[in-house]
Parts: sequence; structure tokens; C-alpha cells
Amino acid sequence: MINRMKLEFAALSANEPFARNAVAAFCLPLDPSLDELSDIKTAVSEAVTNCIVHAYRGGQGTVVIECETDASAVHISISDAGSGIEDVPRALEPFYTTAAGEERSGMGFTIMQAFMSDLSVTSQKGAGTTVRMSKYIGRGGDAKVADAD
Amino acid sequence: MEIDVKAAAGTLYIYLNGELDEHSAPAARARADAAIDAHAGADKVVIDLAGVRFADSAAIGFLLGRYKKLKRYGTPLYVRSVPAAADKVLSVGGLYALIPKI
Repeated sequence: MINRMKLEFAALSANEPFARNAVAAFCLPLDPSLDELSDIKTAVSEAVTNCIVHAYRGGQGTVVIECETDASAVHISISDAGSGIEDVPRALEPFYTTAAGEERSGMGFTIMQAFMSDLSVTSQKGAGTTVRMSKYIGRGGDAKVADAD
Repeated sequence: MEIDVKAAAGTLYIYLNGELDEHSAPAARARADAAIDAHAGADKVVIDLAGVRFADSAAIGFLLGRYKKLKRYGTPLYVRSVPAAADKVLSVGGLYALIPKI
């Protein structure tokens, strides 16, 4: 069964817990492990932080999250209509940040890549950014079966 | 994010409780820095993460910031009792090379 949901909320850091917990709750019918759920929450938190801190730079804006689940995966799209990323490949590099003076680690995209199965970023300067990421649920379980063989 | 502080035998212990993200990090930073300044003569500082229910890369920024501050005092920083989810974030960030786990 394909299931879908869409969230739209103000780009406020106070909404970060709501956003990651809402996505996690939507994924529950897939019966994810606690580790998988934690990975999803962390990746969503990173993407939403990017919208608030970098795309809108603390100003007003809207963040849109769309999720789709099928039998074995969740596909998440997180979009803003903010400043956009000039150089996406560079933004994906570990430790790259445009806000080093604010104690930012520059590890947001690296964590999204490490914690999710797939990640892609499309961005247009001045028009906004969309991060798409998927998590395939139960692959850890498959590995255990393979190990048992 | 709640922060508790305890000083014992030359060590300043900072206990973090709650969720550490972009929203909670600024207040956590201010509380931790006030504790560090109030115990400037400590031999070492240990940040205890046992009560952290969620952490994203804001935790890396938070710990690196305290590491840099303590470096100015010449005081080493350690972390302990790191929950599995936070451990994964800190490991990806390569943080333990600077701030060892005890």
C-alpha cells in the first residue's frame, strides 16, 4: 500500500521536534527498528535545520515536508523557497559551512547521507532547495539472515 | 534541554538532559559556558550525555564550541555515557578524536 502525507509549517526552530516526530510517527506502520527510526528523525532534523538556518537565515518562510511510504521504504521530500544553494556539490562536502562563526559543524548533509539510504539535492539560487531522501526499512534484518547463512 | 552541573575532586561534570538540536542548543550553550566560567580552575570537564534523548549535528557544534572554549583555559574535555543514537552522530562527525569518550 502506498501512503502519503504532507506537512507545511513556519520555518521556526521550535518546529523541529514536531517535524521529525511527525515523520517518525508516519513511518511507524513500516515497523522500523529503533535505530532506523532514530536515523530518520536525525536526517529530517538536519534538513529542516538547513531550511531555517541557511535558506531563510532565521527570517520568515515556510518548510514543506512530503512523505510517501510503500511496502518497504519511506521517501521524504523537504523543500523551502529560500535563498537556494549556489554550489550543491560543495555544500555536500563534510565540514563545509557558510556559518562557521555560529558553532555549526558543517556535517548536516554528511549525516543525512550516512543515515539514509539515498539522498539527492536540487537547488536554484534565489528560488529554494528540495532535499529528497529515502530509507529502506528492514535491510538490517536482511543482513542478519544473510549472516546466519 | 536541562543542564545539571556538579563539581567534584577537580572535575566539572555537566549533565545534559533532553533533546539537543538547533532549537535547544543556544540555551544549552549559555548554561554550559556559565558553568565552565564559574569553575575555571577545574582539572578537566566531563559532559555526561546519558539523558540526551535526541541529538543531531547541533550536538557536534555544541561539543566543539565547548572544546574550543576550554582549550583557552587549558582544560581537557571528555564525554561519557553517550546513548547509541547520539554516538552515531558524534562518530560520523569524527568528534572523539578531539573529545575522548571515557
